[in-house]
Amino acid sequence: MSDHAEQNEQMRSRQSRDREAEIWACLQGVTDPELDESVTELNFVTKADVDPENRVHIEFRLPTYWCAANFSFLMADDMRCAVSALDWVKDVSIVLGEHMYADKINAGLAMGLSFQETFGTEADGSLDDLRQTFLVKAFQRRQVALLNHLLGVGHSPETIVSLTLVELGCLPVDDDGEKLVRRYLERRAVVGSLRTDMLAFVDAAGVRLKAGNLSAYISGLRRVGVNAEFNSALCRGLLSVRFDLETPFVPKSKASSKLPDTQHVP
Amino acid sequence: MGAGQANPAAPLAGLITLNPSGSGRNAMYRTAKGEEIFVIDGHTHFWDGSPANQKNIHGKQFIECFYAYHSNLSPPSEKWEKDKFEKYDAKTMFDDLFVTGYDDMAILQPTYLTDFYKNGFNTTERNSAMKKNHPDRFILNGAFDPRDGTKGLEDLHALSEKHKLKGVKLYTAEWRGESKGYKLSDKASYKYLEAAQKLGIKNIHVHKGPTIIPLNRDAFDVADIDDVATSFQDLNFIVEHCGLPRLDDFCWIATQETNVYAGLAVALPFIHLRPGYFAHVISELLFWVGPDKILYGSDYAIWTPKWLIDKFMAFEIPADVTKETGSVLSMETKIKILGLNAARLYGIDVEAQKKKIRAGGGYAHLPEAVHAPR
Repeated sequence: MSDHAEQNEQMRSRQSRDREAEIWACLQGVTDPELDESVTELNFVTKADVDPENRVHIEFRLPTYWCAANFSFLMADDMRCAVSALDWVKDVSIVLGEHMYADKINAGLAMGLSFQETFGTEADGSLDDLRQTFLVKAFQRRQVALLNHLLGVGHSPETIVSLTLVELGCLPVDDDGEKLVRRYLERRAVVGSLRTDMLAFVDAAGVRLKAGNLSAYISGLRRVGVNAEFNSALCRGLLSVRFDLETPFVPKSKASSKLPDTQHVP
Repeated sequence: MGAGQANPAAPLAGLITLNPSGSGRNAMYRTAKGEEIFVIDGHTHFWDGSPANQKNIHGKQFIECFYAYHSNLSPPSEKWEKDKFEKYDAKTMFDDLFVTGYDDMAILQPTYLTDFYKNGFNTTERNSAMKKNHPDRFILNGAFDPRDGTKGLEDLHALSEKHKLKGVKLYTAEWRGESKGYKLSDKASYKYLEAAQKLGIKNIHVHKGPTIIPLNRDAFDVADIDDVATSFQDLNFIVEHCGLPRLDDFCWIATQETNVYAGLAVALPFIHLRPGYFAHVISELLFWVGPDKILYGSDYAIWTPKWLIDKFMAFEIPADVTKETGSVLSMETKIKILGLNAARLYGIDVEAQKKKIRAGGGYAHLPEAVHAPR
């Protein structure tokens, strides 16, 4: 191989790795609607390849054969949208593995069909309502976590309920607090306008919170978070048993004989 | 007030038997202080998920999913080999519940799954063998499926007459031909619930699971429980797995309806792997549902009573969680959850039942002076 060709090959290889990293970063922003956690952190995504024509191929799997078809489809659809938003991506194919509806969902995804089109009479409409329900739950869970943090570091209920969005953004907070504020603001638009002079804390109907019954409000929402955390623990456990996560992407017998990718560089 | 309705004022007197002298045992579980606790396991199965009985890939995947629950949440010492888990014999079950385990009685809950298994997974008929050999130990529940029409109603009458049913287990997510499930609020379900009411089947155990048509909705929706609990005030609805993965929606419903109960199966084993989460779940249940409406269940053979009850009796809700919810898991509450609540729903006279079991030699193997946990 000539030096020139070798350089080209190396460049292509580096570019391909960069693009794969970009895809993974993009997928990190996609959440399981039910658990409100990233599909990559949950170990659902097993493959994200980019070919020389910039076509992306993603594979994912779920904790059980029985995981709900609607959530499975939502996640696949969200991944497709997120990755398609990258300007260099020419095409996205997504495959769900070992699932009771795998064939139907994969066929639907390959043809770019909607959930309703994929399932016909088994569905009676779009997934929009479901998506909205779980976005609201995610908003509530993130809000409770932030409210507890702010109360915990000494802000009074009166101060908290009167904060505007811009004031919340400027509040001096530690690292934990900063993460909670960021996560909250990511979902704040679910319940109302993000204009900077709007109140930071409103309920699911967009109504401002009252200082007097803030603790009762928090108690009411607490179970949303408990539920999600419990499900997350269950899903992670089931996934790890089902797919033996110590060796995530290759069967144990093959893992030892496989050379690291870097050694393939000529 | 309905027979099964919570009566928080009911005195506990006589229900904890102090028996420090060791003059004969009257219950499987005895605390270090000598208090004996009568345990009713609200959720057990005698299933056959073996490859020989599997009809198709779904049958294989179903038992594998159960095995993943078992493997993931059991302490390592309690894990079974897969082939034992797929099919165990009657003696193994009896020993795990009543000899090694602390159950005094157990409710047999059927799961038919005839689309997945040749002879069904865990039918009333199969379970009835356990009940026949140990009548004082088991409560045999039946099942129905509203999609079976008039024939199903006739079968329910016959089943009820044959086994004197006081409860049924419903599996709303069960596949039946083209159908991937039904709702309790369906017209057909109402007919069956009306029949159950007439037949004196007061306890409706409902497993909430995925894959309910239409698929675009929340597949674990518990709203149909709300509907029928209001319409059938004389029936008790025990939501198995306490509505997980919809604990939040379930608590809301159970708070509003006096006849909705929480079955602890699946939630309880988290006490080992994730005690912190279990603390939160039991706190929320105590706060919203209350101590009189929570039922212990091992979900045998997914988990076994010995380790579950050892851990449950030793468990206290951490102070920070109690501070948040105000919930405390007191001895009185544990006793209600482990047996008294189920006894009330099923009309079991605890004292009389203890005598029967003792007369049948059910406690003969227990060493008199040894205190639990053994």
